[in-house]
Amino acid sequence: MAEQEQRRSRRHENEPYDQDEVEVTASQTTEAIDELLDEIDSVLEENAEEFVKNYVQKGGE
Amino acid sequence: MALPKVIGTETEFGISIRNRADFNPSLASGFVINAYEGARARVQWSFEEESPGRDARGFGFESGAAGDYESGVVNMVLSNGARLYVDHAHPEYSAPEAADPRTAALYDKVGEAVMAAAAASAQQMVAAGEVVGIYKNNSDGKGNSYGAHENYLISRAIPFGDIIHFMTTMLVTRQIITGSGKVGSENDRPAVPYQITQRADFFEEEVGLETTLKRPIINTRDEPHADPEQYRRLHVIIADANLSEVQTFLKLGIGELFLSALEDGALPDPLRLADPVAACWQVSHDVDLRMPLPLADGGTATALELQFQYLEWLTKYAEKSRDDAVTDQVLAEWSDLLTDLQRDPMLAADRLDWVAKYQLLRGFVDRGSAWEDAKLAAVDLQYHDVDPARSLYHKLLGAGRIRRLFDDSQVADAMLQPPTDTRAYFRGRCVQQYPESLVAANWDSLVFDTGHELLKRVPMMEPRRGTRELTEKLLDEAADAAELLAALGGG
Repeated sequence: MAEQEQRRSRRHENEPYDQDEVEVTASQTTEAIDELLDEIDSVLEENAEEFVKNYVQKGGE
Repeated sequence: MALPKVIGTETEFGISIRNRADFNPSLASGFVINAYEGARARVQWSFEEESPGRDARGFGFESGAAGDYESGVVNMVLSNGARLYVDHAHPEYSAPEAADPRTAALYDKVGEAVMAAAAASAQQMVAAGEVVGIYKNNSDGKGNSYGAHENYLISRAIPFGDIIHFMTTMLVTRQIITGSGKVGSENDRPAVPYQITQRADFFEEEVGLETTLKRPIINTRDEPHADPEQYRRLHVIIADANLSEVQTFLKLGIGELFLSALEDGALPDPLRLADPVAACWQVSHDVDLRMPLPLADGGTATALELQFQYLEWLTKYAEKSRDDAVTDQVLAEWSDLLTDLQRDPMLAADRLDWVAKYQLLRGFVDRGSAWEDAKLAAVDLQYHDVDPARSLYHKLLGAGRIRRLFDDSQVADAMLQPPTDTRAYFRGRCVQQYPESLVAANWDSLVFDTGHELLKRVPMMEPRRGTRELTEKLLDEAADAAELLAALGGG
């Protein structure tokens, strides 16, 4: 979260919008996404390296 | 008065058959396309030009040889009016022509469902351990890009120079709305952990004919697939393929409205960028949406600021020139989106693929992954898998984190039924009713074999004719292709 918080505080210096509202949104997002990341971990291709390495396309269009 | 637009998308999908030693992408693409079991006709595809006569319905009638057709290539016309085929080394779905951006977005989404069905059928035929994968993305992350193209029917009266002059900045800045997100950079662009688009790194020219190398922001292909005296088909090659329905809708809706305003002379200023090609990747690399872009006349503006300017102009234009719910929806979604992006780009995670994917990837980085890890590249790739069981986009959808415009039954219906307000209706109905007689097709004609010595061609040079309103009765009453042709005035 370090990156996100840092970015937000920088934005607060420059922008007039309501800080509290933005922070609530951000923290809700973070909590809800945790469960989702666990689920994605369980469906992610097992050998990520091999999966990514072998995905080679010829150009198209 | 602007020409009513006809809109359609073409998508080249990524393809892999994992664990197949002799994987050949062209053969694999043909294999997957051939495995599609939905309603379709296998046809030859003709590229020859036509200059037919027309009758009141937009259909003339010609007899003659079928002409010089491409042979040996897998080509299908689907019962929804789409084209499904192999383009070089990719399976490609070209959506049927639609008369509004919402319908066009639906038929773009249908392409994923068609590919998913084809891949599932193909999966039944491969060896144990082999896995067929089809991806709606635009890059393999290794320097190879494949396209997602928008097509808009525009008036031939608009000088092409005006399109270049006015539209370049729109297309470059619209990337913040059209991006599907990508880990890393390609094509020797500066290194970044993550960027907004799949495609921006590959654009190297402002204007040109190419689509496969030295890609231009404005593509000059002039192949109207319609009466060339009246029409041009603007072929927009700069955007990404999107999984998000809202995003596809906005991409097409903004494109359509912008071109109408251009035709009506309603754009006050071309807003020219000092260096559009550099701006192309700079916009894409700027995930915080803060990069000031130098303007040709001095000063700077961010992509977001320029999009707000276009929104203001097109809102004014629509107030004077439009009175329809779809335009209202385009403007409302566009306005909400820009407002959210200005507050915090992450607020658009329910609408934009690049934001949704970024949020997932940042979650994994927070848990200790590095941006260079293969795991993050795998998340990036798997987001775009068209198989709903594997797709991470579908995981987000299932978790209620992505907003939709269409439901599954609308998509299933549109896999079989054509749009009603363009010539795609006539094409689709002919595939449904006379698949055995339909021997060749292209966008602007159908060729029938009715058992006569000569094949019969039905030209369709007017994209907004051949609609349900104009041809439903004719098609309902024609029991076979011969009767249809007789009713059209020949045979």
